[in-house]
Amino acid sequence: MTDRVAAQDHGAHKAPPLQKTPTGIAGLDALTFGGLPEGRPTLMCGAAGCGKTLFGITFLVKGIEEFGEPGVFMSFEERQEELSTNVTSLGFDLDDLVARQKLVVDYVRLERGEIAQAGDYDLEGLFVRLGHAIDTIGAKRVVLDTVEALFAGLEDSATLRSELRRLFAFLKAKGVTAIVTAERGEGQLTRYGIEEYVSDCVILLDNRVIDQVTTRRLRVVKYRGSSHGTNEYPFLIDEQGITVLPITSAGLAHEVSSEVISAGVAGLDAMLGRHGYYRGSSVLVSGSAGTGKSTLAASFIDAACARGERALYFAFEESAAQVTRNMASVGIDLQRHRDAGLLKFEAARPSLYGFEMHLARMHRDIETFNPSVIVVDPISAFRGPSVEVNATLLRLADICKSRGITALFTSLSSSGDAMTDSERNVSSLMDIWVSLADVEANGERNRVLSLLKARGMNHSKQLREYRLTDQGIEMVPVYVGPEGVLTGTARAAQEAREREAERARQDAVANRRRVLELRRIAVERQIAELQAELDSEEAEVTRMSEQDEAHAISRNADRSIMSTLRGDL
Amino acid sequence: MTVIDDVLPGDDGQVHLRLYVAGQTPKSLAAIANLKRLCEEHLAGRYTIEVVDLQVTPQLAAGDQIVAVPTLIRRLPPPLRRVIGDLSNAERVLVGLDMIPRASAS
Repeated sequence: MTDRVAAQDHGAHKAPPLQKTPTGIAGLDALTFGGLPEGRPTLMCGAAGCGKTLFGITFLVKGIEEFGEPGVFMSFEERQEELSTNVTSLGFDLDDLVARQKLVVDYVRLERGEIAQAGDYDLEGLFVRLGHAIDTIGAKRVVLDTVEALFAGLEDSATLRSELRRLFAFLKAKGVTAIVTAERGEGQLTRYGIEEYVSDCVILLDNRVIDQVTTRRLRVVKYRGSSHGTNEYPFLIDEQGITVLPITSAGLAHEVSSEVISAGVAGLDAMLGRHGYYRGSSVLVSGSAGTGKSTLAASFIDAACARGERALYFAFEESAAQVTRNMASVGIDLQRHRDAGLLKFEAARPSLYGFEMHLARMHRDIETFNPSVIVVDPISAFRGPSVEVNATLLRLADICKSRGITALFTSLSSSGDAMTDSERNVSSLMDIWVSLADVEANGERNRVLSLLKARGMNHSKQLREYRLTDQGIEMVPVYVGPEGVLTGTARAAQEAREREAERARQDAVANRRRVLELRRIAVERQIAELQAELDSEEAEVTRMSEQDEAHAISRNADRSIMSTLRGDL
Repeated sequence: MTVIDDVLPGDDGQVHLRLYVAGQTPKSLAAIANLKRLCEEHLAGRYTIEVVDLQVTPQLAAGDQIVAVPTLIRRLPPPLRRVIGDLSNAERVLVGLDMIPRASAS
């Protein structure tokens, strides 16, 4: 049998492109570009509590439910009843799958104290069991959950090693895609070094506690014959099973849209130059406590839902009901969008998981709900090293961008103008930065909005005062002048002063106009007099010339009379 | 050749043994021969041997938790004892099956 298997082993490497078996675990298939190597064993190692068993069961159950591939689960640690109970919370019904002949769970019990060794042995018994289980249901997938238990249960590790080598060859010969789990060892991947035998694909699971927050991570250590994501990827185990977040699969090659969507506040749209945010952009709304960050976010969501788009609201400080109630008080009715199924809240305390977990959870929620806008309220709730926060947000922004989702992040900034570290880091990721400030002057506080940046838009550079009314956010023009920014009553007073000055100016103009009018009348009168004078002179001249003519005629007449009298004829 | 039934069951001092093998390998044959010899020497007349070939009846492997072969199981008298290997080490077999007192075994 060994020879046949060896021949098969050699042949496998000449085969055309590596076929892959999808695990059905979102994210893992993405980072391995299709799944696990088909017909080969994959080693999954990790310390206790990393989720190795769960990975195995998910692989089998998804295989049955989504790909129609029956599976065999050979457990060296837990009985079928225990396994069934453990995964019931994930919605997996193992007993039903077993009853339907889609799954075989074989519990292998090894108790060193009960077994005496007398002479050479081999593991043909295990092979027979496995082979029988595979053949009975036509299994395509096999999971051996901690095969290393053999080392604890049996003596003679030299025999075990050669038998394990044969076992993996046997699995390959059977053409099943297998997951072999193993405990993490000191200085090597597994306690008994079985990575030596399973060399096609090795996946390492890790469970790290940093600042009292646990994050599960996964890394594909090697994948013979295929490229794969090489980073550590966070993964999540919760009531929806396992979710792996392939971070670097989000590149900078996403499509951009020139479509503009409303920010939900008319005045703000006008300030943005293009009458809204570009679709798919990341918007940061920063401000101190009580400046209306959530309200601005809710306005944005309200506008999106009113257009019939889907929106996802990640709340880290308030519950869904609380946000809904509070927004109703400023005239934003989120409940109707929730009822219509357009708006979904995902509320969780930031301390519930590490960032990676939150990111993984958000990623999954985005995948399943498929929103066109999301709100994260607030990102400042994430406490931790700013490098990590930054990386988390970068990936979230990338996830949104690659899907054309417009994301609005709110951030609580500390009082005062100084930019916090995390804010500075985050700001470079954002396309639009709306700053909400609380300006304190003359014994009152007034809210002022400004746009610190808006990529690709000729935005207003003005500070604008706004009010939270029961009709939502209302923008008010702010007085900006030599005396600085004036808001509230100071603005009103300044406006009154300006009105006064304006009136005075208008009075002066009217005065000048009156004077001018009088002067025009005087001048016109003078002109009329001169004209009259000129006219009378002209008349005189005319009269004189007429008289002159008359004299000439009479002279001629006289002359002819006199000539007649002399008798000149 | 799956089952070899030797001599009377039902006696009080009866020892019921079951040997699991997989095919007619040298190891299997050695184990069967070794077991028969040992039983004749130490349990003459009060033992039963049942040989199960898992190549023929693989469904029986899970029931008795067989992993290694050959596996010898003492079903009676209780408690259940198991010995793995080709049974070439007679002393270990006898100790493992608790068939002889340790003192006389040495």
